[in-house]
Amino acid sequence: MFFQTLVTGLAIGGIYALMAVGYSLVFSVLNFSNFAYGSIIMLGAYIAYFAMVKLGAPIWIALILSIVGAATLCFLNERLAYSPLRKRRASSLFFMISAMGTAIFLENLVYALIGAHFYSFPEVFTRTNLSFHGVAIGVLDVFAIVFSSVSIYALHMFLQKSRTGIAIRAASYDIQVCSLNGVNNSALIGLVFALAGALAGVSGTFLGMKYIVYPTMGWITNKAYIAAVIGGLGSLPGAVVGGILLGVLETFVSAYVSSVVRDVFSFSLLVLLLLVMPTGLFGRYLEEKV
Amino acid sequence: MLQYVFGVISLGLIYVIATTGLAVFTGFTGLFSLGHAAFFAIGAYTAAILTYFYGWNFYLALLAGAAAGGLVGFLIGYPTLKAKLRTDYFAIATLGFGEAVRVLLENLPITQGARGLPGIRGDTNLPVLLVASAIVIWAAWNLIHSRHGRAAIAIREDFVAAEMMGVDIFMGRLRSLTFSAACAGLAGGLFAHYFCFIQPSMFTAYMSTQMTAAVVAGGMGSISGPVIATLIFIGIPEALRVANIWRLVAYGLLLVLIMAFRPQGLMGYRELSLDLFKGWFRRPGKGGKP
Repeated sequence: MFFQTLVTGLAIGGIYALMAVGYSLVFSVLNFSNFAYGSIIMLGAYIAYFAMVKLGAPIWIALILSIVGAATLCFLNERLAYSPLRKRRASSLFFMISAMGTAIFLENLVYALIGAHFYSFPEVFTRTNLSFHGVAIGVLDVFAIVFSSVSIYALHMFLQKSRTGIAIRAASYDIQVCSLNGVNNSALIGLVFALAGALAGVSGTFLGMKYIVYPTMGWITNKAYIAAVIGGLGSLPGAVVGGILLGVLETFVSAYVSSVVRDVFSFSLLVLLLLVMPTGLFGRYLEEKV
Repeated sequence: MLQYVFGVISLGLIYVIATTGLAVFTGFTGLFSLGHAAFFAIGAYTAAILTYFYGWNFYLALLAGAAAGGLVGFLIGYPTLKAKLRTDYFAIATLGFGEAVRVLLENLPITQGARGLPGIRGDTNLPVLLVASAIVIWAAWNLIHSRHGRAAIAIREDFVAAEMMGVDIFMGRLRSLTFSAACAGLAGGLFAHYFCFIQPSMFTAYMSTQMTAAVVAGGMGSISGPVIATLIFIGIPEALRVANIWRLVAYGLLLVLIMAFRPQGLMGYRELSLDLFKGWFRRPGKGGKP
């Protein structure tokens, strides 16, 4: 029972981690919480679903389409909603309202156009479980964990080794000095959003396959946001640790206490943690700038 | 027909009461609450349970509902505001609080769970609503023009400077939150006795979104702006008979557009007065202050 819960928690935590990295990536550069990210993930899941069902695409093509589609949407979101604010140097409060507006807009647009139907993915991975010393794990979960780790590792290498990656890391320290050194900030921010969108495509696809596709599935991403805060917003290793930690803790709570209180537990954990440790586990000191 | 118009006005006034409270909080402290529907629900359930099960006097029950909303606002505000959470952390914490309240309402025996409370006395009528909203607007007006209001505005504009001038940031924010939660509780009590039926699924993010959208569209830092915006938000969709779902799409789009093009909202830091009309065609100042 204990190990089974642990393994299930790790599988959920992997997807949380992937989404939390997307939140943290945008936060590290622009210093605001992109609440629209959840709806981008939701749209990524819809793209993958319709690619598979309507176009009959195999899972690989669907995943790539979802990555490209979500990256484009995330990029457009920045260009249309945030870049006018950026040019005006608006405070992060305005960014947050705009992000909330985008989330409400996209979510309800899907409701209005596609409807509140629940779609489940066609069975790609047989629902059989791999058994290992009495602990069962779904093939999908294994695949999700492996693919999440690969994506996060690829992103990490990109940020560490490439010139563009170095520019992004520099921007996360001080975006103005970064631009003084000849970095095109607008292009850089566009790229950051596209990267976050690509991660949204991956996590949306897996989330859709693991659960079900519906307009408010972006609600799950609130917990990814919590994971990012637990790890320290703006810190990518923190987001990974926070995601896995939250996934495991949550699964234990629903297994040993009650699944009704699971979400309440996550939010209380957030408030408690912020009271004792406002920067999260790996975060920098983040007082809001005036 | 006349009855229908009165019905729309009544609903509008119920929302005016709640939105005025939120305008005092969000508009004058710059903090966002995504869980105001929860205070609304607490007021509605408290008042409804008192008249329904205990046969209390309607007005006493309304006051008890407002008091319950205010008390819970105080209890939630104390730890979260003490910790000086960032705007976005505070928003996600209130979102979690709203979820916790909904889970509680669905599982407590006295609220009869998801079935709700049918057959509440229909004591709310137009004169009661007019008097109540007049009192709330008068109280809000006095509050923001008092010493407390000036302190709250100072906190919103620049909380570091405000703190250096000796303004108690914590108390300023806590007072605003308690007042606004009490307003939401009062509106909830009126709501319950107007529709004669409440259930947990009535108090969703839709309600919080509508209030937030009205405050932002009406102009943060204004009382009359959000009041006008609320009446427009209730009136126009009713007149056009638009489906609920498209209203939410429009609210989302409206938030994004307002942030991009007119961040000061309809009234923006001003109140409805004759002077306003003289300057109606003057170009607004460049950019918006937070």
